[in-house]
Amino acid sequence: MKYIDEYRDGQVARRIAARIADEAKPDVSYRFMEFCGGHTHAISRYGIADLLPPNVRMIHGPGCPVCILPIGRMDAAIRLGQRPEVTLCTYGDLMRVPGTDGTSLLKAKAAGADIRMVYSTLDAIRIAEAEPEREVVFFAIGFETTTPPTALAIRLAAERQLTNFSVFCNHVLTPPAIQNILESPATSEIDPVVIDGFVGPSHVSTIIGTAPFEHFCEEFKKPVVVAGFEPLDVMQAILMLVRQINEGRHDVENQYVRAVTRDGNRIAQGEIANVFELRESFEWRGLGFVPYSGLRIKEAYAAFDAERRYAIGDMPGRDNPACECGAILRGVKTPTQCKLFGTLCTPDTPMGSCMVSSEGACAAHWTYGRFRDRVAAVS
Amino acid sequence: MTPKTYRRRLDLDAGRVDLSHGSGGRAMAQLIADIFHRAFDNEWLRRGNDQAAFDVAAGRMVMTTDGYVVSPLFFPGGDIGSLAIHGTINDVAMAGARPLYLSAGFIIEEGFPLSDLKRIADSMGNAARKAGVPIVAGDTKVVERGKGDGVFISTTGIGVVPKGLDLSADRATPGDRVILSGSIGDHGVAIMSKRQNLTFDTDIVSDSAALHTLVATMVETGGQSLRVMRDPTRGGLAAALNELAQQSRVGFCIAEETLPIKPQVVAACELLGLDPLNVANEGKLIAVVAPEAADALVTAMRAHPLGRDAAIIGEVTADDHRVVQMTTGFGGGRIVDWLSGEQLPRIC
Repeated sequence: MKYIDEYRDGQVARRIAARIADEAKPDVSYRFMEFCGGHTHAISRYGIADLLPPNVRMIHGPGCPVCILPIGRMDAAIRLGQRPEVTLCTYGDLMRVPGTDGTSLLKAKAAGADIRMVYSTLDAIRIAEAEPEREVVFFAIGFETTTPPTALAIRLAAERQLTNFSVFCNHVLTPPAIQNILESPATSEIDPVVIDGFVGPSHVSTIIGTAPFEHFCEEFKKPVVVAGFEPLDVMQAILMLVRQINEGRHDVENQYVRAVTRDGNRIAQGEIANVFELRESFEWRGLGFVPYSGLRIKEAYAAFDAERRYAIGDMPGRDNPACECGAILRGVKTPTQCKLFGTLCTPDTPMGSCMVSSEGACAAHWTYGRFRDRVAAVS
Repeated sequence: MTPKTYRRRLDLDAGRVDLSHGSGGRAMAQLIADIFHRAFDNEWLRRGNDQAAFDVAAGRMVMTTDGYVVSPLFFPGGDIGSLAIHGTINDVAMAGARPLYLSAGFIIEEGFPLSDLKRIADSMGNAARKAGVPIVAGDTKVVERGKGDGVFISTTGIGVVPKGLDLSADRATPGDRVILSGSIGDHGVAIMSKRQNLTFDTDIVSDSAALHTLVATMVETGGQSLRVMRDPTRGGLAAALNELAQQSRVGFCIAEETLPIKPQVVAACELLGLDPLNVANEGKLIAVVAPEAADALVTAMRAHPLGRDAAIIGEVTADDHRVVQMTTGFGGGRIVDWLSGEQLPRIC
C-alpha cells in the first residue's frame, strides 16, 4: 500500500539493523524504553527484537491507555453502563477489560446493559441527538491523541445544548508518566534495570509537539527520539538513540518529521485547554498515583461531566496480587517473569491490564513473541 | 363448477410479515407459495410435501448444517440469501464432495418488509440455480417483533464424495504444502464498510461464491494428494490454520509475502486496527496437499475463475505446540494466533 509499504521494507530494515550492530559498542549496554503501545505492537508484530544486537534491549513502557486505566475506574464505568437510563458509548478495546469481580462491559451488555461500541466521539453525540430519551455517556480514555476529539464533542454538546450527553473522563498525559518512571525507586535505586533512553510517543507528539520533552531530557540526562509507529520508524529511532548515547548527548530528536513539529497541533491544544484542566493526581494502573498526570472537565462544562452528574466518587479497585503489570509497565520485569503469564492470564482470560489490549506488553508478547522464548529454550 | 375464491395478493411493495404468516393458515401458505416456491422452483418443491424424496447413488455422503445471522442483510457483493447458499455448498465441498441438495429454514421477525424477503429469496434461488444445487425442502417461522433481527436463515446441505477421496482436518502431515485459493479479507471488509456506525467508502465487494466447481477441478488434478480443505470464514485464515494445527497435531509456517491481499483490504484493516488474517472470507479455500502435487494444483486452480490468485503460502511443520508461525515481510517472525474475543459482531 502506498506510503505504508515503504515504511515496512525488509531490505531497508536489514540495512538499518546492520548499522545499529556496527555502531553499538559491544561493551556498552543500550536499554531503551518505547513508551507507546503502538511501538510495542510494531516491535512484536514485525519481529524487530530479532534484528537487534543482544546489548540493545527494548523495554516496553506504559503507553497503552487501556492498560493503565485503574481497575476502580473500570468498575465505575461498568456500573454506569448498568444504570437503566444510561447508554454507555465506548471504544471497542475497553469491552473486554475485566473489572474487580471479573465482570466487563461485554458481560454487562450481555446481561442487558445498553453499551455501544463507537469509533468516534461524534458517534456518541449522534446517538444522544437521535435518542433524546437516553442518557448518553461517553467513556473517554487515552493520551493526548484521543483528548482533542473528546474536547470537541463536549464543546459541540454545549453548543447544541444537549442535556442528555456527558463524558466519563479518564484522559491522561504522557510527559508526567515518563518522568514518574524515572523518579520511581524501582528504576532509580533498588532495581538494576536502568533506562538509557526513550523512543518518544508518536501520535501523542503530533498533538503536543516535541517541546514538552526538552525539559525532561535536560533534567534526567536521557535522550528522547520521537518516532513513528511503522517498523522502520522504530528501527531508525533506535539507531538515533544509539548514536546519542555514543556521543554522550541527551537531546530531543524527531524521527517522525513527516507528522510531528516542535510545537505540535495548536488548534488541538486549544480545544483541550478550553474544556479540560489538570487533576492534582491521577491513578495509573501499574504506576500508582502520578501527580498532575490526568485531566478533568472544567467547571464551565460541569453539565457534561459524568463524574459530577452521577456522583462517581472514590474508585477503589483491587488487582490480582500475583499480577506483575506494575513492574512490567515500569520496565522492571518482562512478561515471562510473571507467574500468571500464559497460565491464568492469556488474551482470552486477561487477569492484568497488560494482557487486555492488543497493545499491552503481555498481549503483544503472547500473540507475536512466544515462539521466540521456545526457540531460546530449545537452542 | 368450482366457486371462485378471492385472494388478496401479497403486497410486495409495502407489505410486511406479520404473525399470521407463521401461523400455519392461508397467509402462511400464500407467503410460501408466492415468495419461496416461486424463487426456488424445482420438481421437489412442486410436489408440495413436508419432505423431499430423492434417490442417491451408493457411496460416501456428507452432510452439513449452518446458520446465517449476518448484519447488514444486504452488503456489497451479496446478501444473507446468497451467502447462505454459498456457505452451505462450500461446507459440503470442503470434503471434496459434489453438493446435491439443500434445505433452508427461515426465522422471520414480525414487521420484516415483504420486499426484502422476496429479494433475499430470489437471491437464494438464483445462487442455487447458478450452482446447480436445488433447495428441496424448507420451513418458515415468524417470531414477535424484538425476538429476532430481521431474518435468520438456517440451512442443511448434503453431497456425495468421489470414490477413494478422504479429506479430513486431521490429515495434515509435516512437509505438506498449504495452498490458498485467492485474496483474503474481502468479505469481512465489505461487511464492515456497511455497518451502521462504521460506514466508509470502498470498492471492495464480498467474495461470497460457491466453490464446488473449483473443488471439482482440484479433485480431478490432485486426487488423493489432497489431505484437507477448509474455507476460512469467521476468524479468517488465522483461525482456519489454528484449527487445522490442533486437529492434525502439527504446526504451520506461512510466508507473509506470499499472501494475496488487496490493497484496499490492507488499507481498511490499517484504518480499523484489524489484521487481515483474522478477517472473514466467504469464497476462498485453503488446501493442505502432498508436496509433490502442489505446483500442478496451483496451475489447475489458476485456470479456474475462482482460483486465479491461488498461491502456495507455506507448509506444515512438526510442532508439538501446534503453533502457526509466519515469517514477516520485514524479516522477523511472529505467531499467527486465534483472534481473542470478538473482532466485530456477527459478520457471517
